[in-house]
Amino acid sequence: MSAPQWNNKVVKWVDDRLPVISMLHHSAYEYPTPKNLSYMWNFGSLAGFVLVTMILTGIFLVMNYTPHTDMAFESVERIMRDVNYGWLIRYIHMNGASMFFIVVFIHIFRGLYYGSYKAPREMLWWIGILILLAMMATAFMGYVLPWGQMSFWGATVITNLFSAFPIIGDPLVTWLWGGFSVDNPTLNRFFSLHYLMPFVILGLVVLHVWALHTVRSNNPTGVEIKTPADAIPFHPYYTIKDLYGMGVFLIFFSVFVFFAPDFLGHPDNYIPANPLVTPPHIVPEWYFLPFYAILRSIDFTIFGIPAKLLGVLAMFASIMILFVIPWLDTSKVRSSKFRPVYKWFFWLFVIDTFILGYCGAKAPDDYFLGIPGLKVIVMGQLSTLYYFAHFLVVMPLVGKMERTKPLPASISESVLKEGANA
Amino acid sequence: MSQTVHSSGEHQPDENRRDFLTLATTAVGAVGVGCALLPFVDSMNPSKDVLALASVEVNLANIPVGQAIKVMWRGKPVFIRHRTEREINEAEDVALNELVDPQTDDARVEKKEWLVVVGVCTHLGCIPMGTATGETRGDYDGWYCPCHGSHYDTSGRIRRGPAPLNLVVPEYEFLTDTSVRIG
Repeated sequence: MSAPQWNNKVVKWVDDRLPVISMLHHSAYEYPTPKNLSYMWNFGSLAGFVLVTMILTGIFLVMNYTPHTDMAFESVERIMRDVNYGWLIRYIHMNGASMFFIVVFIHIFRGLYYGSYKAPREMLWWIGILILLAMMATAFMGYVLPWGQMSFWGATVITNLFSAFPIIGDPLVTWLWGGFSVDNPTLNRFFSLHYLMPFVILGLVVLHVWALHTVRSNNPTGVEIKTPADAIPFHPYYTIKDLYGMGVFLIFFSVFVFFAPDFLGHPDNYIPANPLVTPPHIVPEWYFLPFYAILRSIDFTIFGIPAKLLGVLAMFASIMILFVIPWLDTSKVRSSKFRPVYKWFFWLFVIDTFILGYCGAKAPDDYFLGIPGLKVIVMGQLSTLYYFAHFLVVMPLVGKMERTKPLPASISESVLKEGANA
Repeated sequence: MSQTVHSSGEHQPDENRRDFLTLATTAVGAVGVGCALLPFVDSMNPSKDVLALASVEVNLANIPVGQAIKVMWRGKPVFIRHRTEREINEAEDVALNELVDPQTDDARVEKKEWLVVVGVCTHLGCIPMGTATGETRGDYDGWYCPCHGSHYDTSGRIRRGPAPLNLVVPEYEFLTDTSVRIG
């Protein structure tokens, strides 16, 4: 690609000295994009949009928030009642966190279905996982800031996870807290880091997009762009498609913000934090439930490793395992469209994560969907087992054994064929 | 450059010296960065004012037999229970091999009638129920943690559930018969 010639003298003057305009032109205008991208490819740009929304609303919330145990809860209530449009900004920020996870989870499942993690896209995939980890840390620390009961006890339970590590556990937790319990020093550092992390995510997003534009977008066939006929420029084709998707998404987002702002939250967080009383039922926000279920499902000891440490390790492993799936998946074919066996396991995995989420929301001794004899803890253990088996057993074996369907010769050919059949 | 030198098996003194200088500079730089980071890492540890609040004196005169109180110590609750004769016997009669974290009752109290334990579940840090009158005390007459279902006995020892350890006994001493200093 040669640098475009700019007619405007000012633009040209700037671009000759810092080719930032050429760079944007390459990446958001002429970027050659597969011409067959479906709506499943909208969620990357949507995630970027939500990130910007979160940063902007966050900056305005900070103008009225007080990070102190005596005032945090009241300052949030003041934002809700007294600050002009404070309720709107907070509800956008609060529900925006959930929207961010919805969008990113779909984005990840899309990547899993179409094999977007396979060579040469491993770095792209890794940076994506780092973004997910950074998002989880940010969301967790942000949830602590209103200093309600769930804030406080969520922070207590999650920071206590680190006490599971032998020897360094207790000093580590004291260090995280800056005291002997979750208290004002903890709130202050969480506030500081919660403000920092989105910018770390922004930096990671730049790397993510850079890697994407180096290896090019995957597409529903999983076949690479081979000739210019397989691609179309990003603008106007995908700018308009992304904008349309954004409109649909904003309607969905607005339903929550304006009609059910507390639907995704927990009412106990409108009770000010009380270090002397633990709420009877502590649950994390919905986007952590599958991981919470994995944590809790380990209630046994293996090789003398206590259950608490095993649970923590399993929970961390559930994300870490994503780093190695480019090598666990032995199939040469990327897209599950052409993988008649793996396709079913993929959907089983999706269902499995929903079951884990359900188990995470219930008490361990409840019955699963009210089925007598089937305890939530048992169902959680089975789904945890499948979660790991999917990556460690299904991916390597199915990739080797399955007879895949014939791949189209090119993106163009598959588009023309589908067009002819329609 | 250096690769061709090594592959031919020759070592030019200049190259060696340069490698050494590079390594030494890197090492000194790394130590320097480490030293510079230390104050920042340590700044996140408990500060002096937090440590200064590390002990608390409690008057026990108003706690009738069979009841318990919570006091705040280092930002977390300490349970002080005035145990009944029956509760003391229950705690002493348990065989050590029945316990998850074996400890005699004697090793956990200064005076038999007073049990002093940190009221934080050793699983994931919730506050067990059973201190206020009327709250459930679990299956072993001690405490019950509502978060993940751990049962503690009348000596604050873990008996059932996911918690790995007994409730922690803080450092404390009796100043008089009816007052105690924790920490």
